[in-house]
Amino acid sequence: MDLIIPSAGLIFWQLFGFLALLFILIKFAWKPMLATLAEREASIDGALKAAEQARNEMANLKAENEKLLQEARLERDTILKKAQEASAKMIEDAKIEAGKQGAQMIETAKAVIETEKKAALTEVKNQVAALTLEVTEKLLRKKLADEKAQKELVDEFVKDIKLN
Amino acid sequence: MTRKILVLSLLLSAFLLNFSAVAFAAGSETEEGKEDPTGFIMHHIKDSHEWHFFNIGHTHITLPLPVITYASDRGLEFYKSSDFQNHETHKFGKEYAHNGIYIDEHEHLGRVDGGSILDFSITKNVAMMLIVIALVLYLVLSAANHYKKNGAVAPKGAASIIEPIVIFVRDEIAQKAIGPKYMKFVPYLLTLFFFIWIGNLLGLLPGAANLTGNIAVTFTLAMLTFIIVNVNGNKDYWKHVFATPGVPVALLPIIVVVEFIGLFTKPFALMVRLFVAITAGHIVILAFIALVFIFESYAIGVVSTLMVTFINMIELLVATIQAYVFTLFTAMYIGGAVAEHHHDDHH
Repeated sequence: MDLIIPSAGLIFWQLFGFLALLFILIKFAWKPMLATLAEREASIDGALKAAEQARNEMANLKAENEKLLQEARLERDTILKKAQEASAKMIEDAKIEAGKQGAQMIETAKAVIETEKKAALTEVKNQVAALTLEVTEKLLRKKLADEKAQKELVDEFVKDIKLN
Repeated sequence: MTRKILVLSLLLSAFLLNFSAVAFAAGSETEEGKEDPTGFIMHHIKDSHEWHFFNIGHTHITLPLPVITYASDRGLEFYKSSDFQNHETHKFGKEYAHNGIYIDEHEHLGRVDGGSILDFSITKNVAMMLIVIALVLYLVLSAANHYKKNGAVAPKGAASIIEPIVIFVRDEIAQKAIGPKYMKFVPYLLTLFFFIWIGNLLGLLPGAANLTGNIAVTFTLAMLTFIIVNVNGNKDYWKHVFATPGVPVALLPIIVVVEFIGLFTKPFALMVRLFVAITAGHIVILAFIALVFIFESYAIGVVSTLMVTFINMIELLVATIQAYVFTLFTAMYIGGAVAEHHHDDHH
């Protein structure tokens, strides 16, 4: 066998063997394998893209949440401010109302007292008039009988008055 | 770790050396009774009708291989290689003719009556090729089986060795060298890579045949590449060969001849590169082993063993590089044949 002259027999077997290997491998190995590799690469690509998308969505969601929170905070602030204003106004109003009512009550009380005072004074005057009349009557009666007794009577009455 | 590997490869080299020592005796002997190192080396490099492993004393440990012959008047005939040799010395020769057929001392098949006969024997290299094919099939099919069973999941077992190579050949060789139409050629490139790679690696084992360093094997592979390249050549490719654009008319006859020869030099270069790289590696290893028997000295033995270990490591590298280079150049030639040229730019 020669070193640099190819022998026909070996060429024949090599051609036959290599082509057989080629066709078996294409059918049973390379085609399914390359398809699976492509499929896997596509699925990895898809997963990466999905992850990226999810991350973006998360970021969006977070930004949106932040915005919502900001809005809510602003709203809370305005509500609080309004409430404070409202309560201040209410207190103010209440104070004014109370003041008014108090003044009115005092007014009414004063009027009542005035009336009562007048009524009492009238009563007292009447009472004094009546007593004066009675005393005068009794005095007149006693004077007619005894001077001394009259004097004593007057004293007694005066004493009585003091007691009253 | 490195030390362990070193020790292991030293032991392996010693083992190889041991067997080679006895195999050496099987090499041709010169008249003075001294061994002829060229014969010993060539015996290992060349194809043979029998698979010779080593000798124990004067007993040859060989595997007789089938001899298949075809002649138009005799038809197909089957023998075994031991029919045609001396049972003691295992030498072939015209004097050991069997049934009108002989194998001469250069292992050429012939007929005693001088008629023509074709040799389709399962030689050492054919047997080696079958082993390589079986191993490639086993590796690749078990990798493919992983995906078939588990679907598009992460690789495991054989798939984790095969998959990176498949992706490398697909993305780094085919896609880059061929361009957008690369997918069609990936299966051929993959088969080529694995056959040459496993062939190169198995060829380094002691007692193995020098398959990928055989010119018939590299010729066949280069021829397949040549056919694939030219069958897939597009209009631009042929225009480039027979009416090279941008060349003055006066120069065209010369350029066309050069371009036409170029069609054949490309696969020729492929054939020679692989053959030379692998054969040269084997010759260097065997030459270092032969030194031991020429000088018959312990010192040379130690140095030789170290050198053989070193060369063996380089050969592991060469085995992979040559498989890569053959595949890469095939992809580049295919790329040149299917590329859409834009002739506006210069050449």
